[in-house]
This record gives sequence, C-alpha cells and structure tokens, in this order.
Amino acid sequence: MNRAAATRRTTLIAVAVITLLVAAPLALGPYAVTTMTRMLAFAVLVLGVDLLTGITGLPTLGQAAYFGAGAYTAVLVGLHITSDAMAQALAGTAVGLIAAAATGWVAVRARGIVFLMLTLAIGESLHQVAATWPAVGASNGLAGMPPITLFGGPPLLPAGFVYWWVLAAAITVFAAVTLITRSPYGRTLRGVRDNESRMRALGYRPALARYSVFCLAGAIAGAGGALWAAQGRFVSPGDLGFEVAALALLSVVIGGAGSLWGPCLGAALVLLVRDNLSASIGGHGPLVLGLVFVAVVFLLPRGVAGIRHRRESRS
Amino acid sequence: MAAYLVSVLNGLAMGSLLFAIALGLSLVFGMMDVLNLAHGAIYLAGAYLAVALLPGDDVGMGTFVLAVLAAAAVGAILGGVLAGLTRATPGHLDQALLTLGVSLVVAELLSVAFGEEVHAIAAPAPFDGGVPVLGETYPAYRLLVIGFGAVLAVAVYLLIERSRFGSLIRATVADRAMVSALGINTGLVLTGVFAAGAALAAAGGVLAGPILGAQPGLDEKVLLLALVVVVIGGLGSVRGALLGAVLIGQVQALGTSLLPEYASFLIFVAMALVLLLRPAGLLPPRTAVRT
Repeated sequence: MNRAAATRRTTLIAVAVITLLVAAPLALGPYAVTTMTRMLAFAVLVLGVDLLTGITGLPTLGQAAYFGAGAYTAVLVGLHITSDAMAQALAGTAVGLIAAAATGWVAVRARGIVFLMLTLAIGESLHQVAATWPAVGASNGLAGMPPITLFGGPPLLPAGFVYWWVLAAAITVFAAVTLITRSPYGRTLRGVRDNESRMRALGYRPALARYSVFCLAGAIAGAGGALWAAQGRFVSPGDLGFEVAALALLSVVIGGAGSLWGPCLGAALVLLVRDNLSASIGGHGPLVLGLVFVAVVFLLPRGVAGIRHRRESRS
Repeated sequence: MAAYLVSVLNGLAMGSLLFAIALGLSLVFGMMDVLNLAHGAIYLAGAYLAVALLPGDDVGMGTFVLAVLAAAAVGAILGGVLAGLTRATPGHLDQALLTLGVSLVVAELLSVAFGEEVHAIAAPAPFDGGVPVLGETYPAYRLLVIGFGAVLAVAVYLLIERSRFGSLIRATVADRAMVSALGINTGLVLTGVFAAGAALAAAGGVLAGPILGAQPGLDEKVLLLALVVVVIGGLGSVRGALLGAVLIGQVQALGTSLLPEYASFLIFVAMALVLLLRPAGLLPPRTAVRT
C-alpha cells in the first residue's frame, strides 16, 4: 500500500471513530455516557504519560499529581471564580504546567528506573500534601462545584452536553499531541529516547528536551484533571494517588507505549475494569488490575498496538 | 527543651523503623536495578499479621517476638517469590510493573481479609507504659524500637562490612558480572538479599504496629518514605540507608510537631535539596562501578 492510500485510510478511520464518539450520547443512556466522559478525561492524562514514557522513554509514576493539581484547580475555580468550562480547563492546564515545572527538575536529571522512582516520590509527596492541607479540604477533598457552563450559556446539566465538551477538549489534546510527535521536536524526543549521547554530539540539548517534555506532559495531565472535575464536580486526594498513577502507566503499557491510539484504548479498558466491572465482581477491581499488570508483563510485553521503536537500551 | 527531646526521640524511633524497611529496597536496587514497588505491600502484610496474631490489649513479650518472627518468615517467602518473578522478566520497566501488580494484588487481598477500618496494635506488656524522660512521660515502646534500630544497625554493619557474605553482597552491588565470573552464583545472592530485605520490611510492619497501626493506604506512605530514604542515602548503600533513615525520621518528627499540615512537603523539600547538592545521594556505595 502506498503512502497516500495509507494516509487516506487513517483519515477515514479517524473520521469514523470521531463520528461514532460524537453520536454515542444519542444512543446510550446517561450512565454509559458518564462512564465514557470519565474515560475520555482519563485518556487525556494517559496521553501525557505516553508522551513521557512512550515517546521520550521516561517511565513515570508521578503524572497523577499534575492530574490532581488540574482537578483541584478546576474545582477551586468553579467554586470561587467562574463556572465557565473553558476557563477551568485553561487554569487546570496552567497549574499542571507550573507544578510540573516546579518539581520536574528534580526528576529529569535521572533516567530509566531512577526516573520512575523519583517521579513516584514526587507524586506521592504531592498526594500527601493534598491529603493533609486544610485549604483544599484535606482528606475530604472539595465537593459542591457548580455545573459547568460554556460561552456564558446555561449550566450544562445533562450528561450528554458535558460529554460533548470533554470529547471536544480530548480530541483537541489528541490532535495537539499528534502534531507534537510528528514535529521536529517530537523527533528530537525520540532521538533522546533511542540514543542520548548521539543527540548531544549532534548539538541537541537532551536535558532541555527532557525538562520541556516533562512540563508539557504536566500541562496535559492538568487539562485531563480539569476535564475529570468537569464531569465529577468533586475532587479528593484519591484522584492523585498511587493507584491513579499506576493505572495511567498500565494503560500506556497495555496500549503499547509510543502509539497514541493504543494507550487511549488502554485507558478506556482500565477504567472499565476499575469502575464498572469492579461492581459486578464484589468491588475487587484492584485485584483484577494487579493480575492484569502481571499478565501484561509476561504475555504482552509490547502492548496492544505493538511498538517498533522501543529498544532494550539502558542496562 | 523537653518538647524538642520528645520530637528527637520520636524521630529516632521512626528512623529505626525506616532503616529496617528501606535497607532491603536499597540493596535490591543496588544489586539488580529492580525497583521493588511491592515493598510497601510487604510491610503492610507484616502489620496485618500482627493484627491477626496479637488480638486485644494484653500482649506478652513472647507472643510479640513470635509475631515478629512469623512476619519475617512471611516476608521472606514473599520476597523469594518476587525475586523469582523479577529474575524471569527482562527489562527494568517490566520488573517494576510486575512488582506494582503484585503490590496491588497483595494490598487488595489484605483489605478483603481485614476490612477498610483502622486497626490499632497494642505494645507488648512490659513496654506498654510510659517512662519519665526529663519530666515528660515518654512511651517505653518507642525507646525499645530505638534500641532495636541501634542493634540492627550494628548487626547489619558487622554482616555487610565484616563477613564473607557481606563482601559478596558489596561486590555484587559493585560489579555483578565480575562476581559471577569468579564462579559465584549471583542469582542465589540476589534471591537471598531480596528475601532478607522483604523479611526485614515485614518484621518492620509488626514493630511499627504499636506506633502506626494498620490500615489500607499505609503501604503507599511507607513506600514513599522508604523511597525517599533510599534516594537521599544513595542507591545500594547500607550506610546511606542508615543516614537517610535517621534524617527523614527527624524531618518527619519535627515536621509533625511544628507544621503538621506541611510535614509531607518538608520530606519533598529535603529530597530535592539533597538531590540538588549531591545527585548520587549523601553516601553512595564506595566501590560502585556503574555500567
């Protein structure tokens, strides 16, 4: 198949998927639509994790912290300033970016598994701060956020309208991440992943690339958090805990690190198991997910999407 | 003055526990670059074992020691299984994910067996009271824990620095390929250290019981503290783990007594500060040859 035909086929699939996603609320009940809204918001977080783990080769367990920062910001903006969803999302993105920039410099000097360790330590520290700081409700979290509005309109109460807003935002983020990975900057990131010393010899600055992509991933996670809050209208320290970070990384690994659509699919699967399947198996979702982790490591080391790029470097 | 002394003593007790917990994490990481994310879950398994074996408020010293030994045995088994699983897995990220999966499973099984509520564990009988320290009453059990930490530090020092097995461990941390070229089964050394580290973590769970109790979510907190201790001290370093544990114990105790709301933030600041000044940790292994 030549290149033009492949591009045409990709475009066709993308249009079909988007059409299906847009049409979904017309056919599904409110519960299913709410579930899909949460999946989309979680997929945005997973895209950020994939940008770090898959594209740049920096496995992370700290992104949930910036996801939480975005969610807390969105709820605080919703409670005290404006119910405009766009303003909340932008504020969440900005705070995610700032939080990542303020804490990321500690982590990006490390690589591989030490990076994983440092991001986990950073993420858990922020989690503990959220769980003890009275200004953000400590362990109770923040509740009572008013419904979101768009362009000064009435409150978006029906689940379908919130879904469409989250879908539009998620598609925007997906398109932005796609553009980033195809740009010269994206190629730089892959170069850093595959052979850092050669990139340095060619005159690139890998340290700067790693720091900037960490900030970018933080901003994306912040956007995901704001979208998550737009649906739930509630945020608690659990939203930035170890489990969320682990599930985000699991989604990337299941979907195939480095691909973009694979991890999004992984995000949907993981949330389906945790939130929906969990109820029908007596609330033991984490048990299943833990077993999935172990199974994925042994059975699917390249994820659903299959990846051609990851190399067994660093060891 | 007395208030500060109490805080220092609390910090030392916390530091002793953290040393016991972080030691295994640090050595396993130093030897085979395996980040054992199930370490906190193993600690929690020890704590819940104490809940199961030590019911009620009246606990004798014998029962308590028995619970510590039982937890160590359970920890050693868990550690051995984890060592086998991780050695069958190529790739460091896959190994970390594997231990992450195991930690989720263990934590969920524990919360199924023991419920979501907070369990308190009584201190053993001769140490459940308080002793006067500079006019303040201080829990005797915490002094016992400090004593345990001191004994453990000396024992580990003798084992690692003065025995043949210890020199094997240090050599494996420094250059694993060279040690195995000398005809030593490094796989056995690794499994042994993995199991011993997990046993210490589980025993730490029982010992910490009368201070921290047992509840879901405690595994994450303990894992975080142990990670920070290892990062601050230097990966794979025993002396580093001791120094890091004492430092973090003090920061934690001081933070809790002065600024309770920002205690976890102080831990992060301490870690960032150390990494800014000494990226390899305060006391990295002396003979480290990183490949």
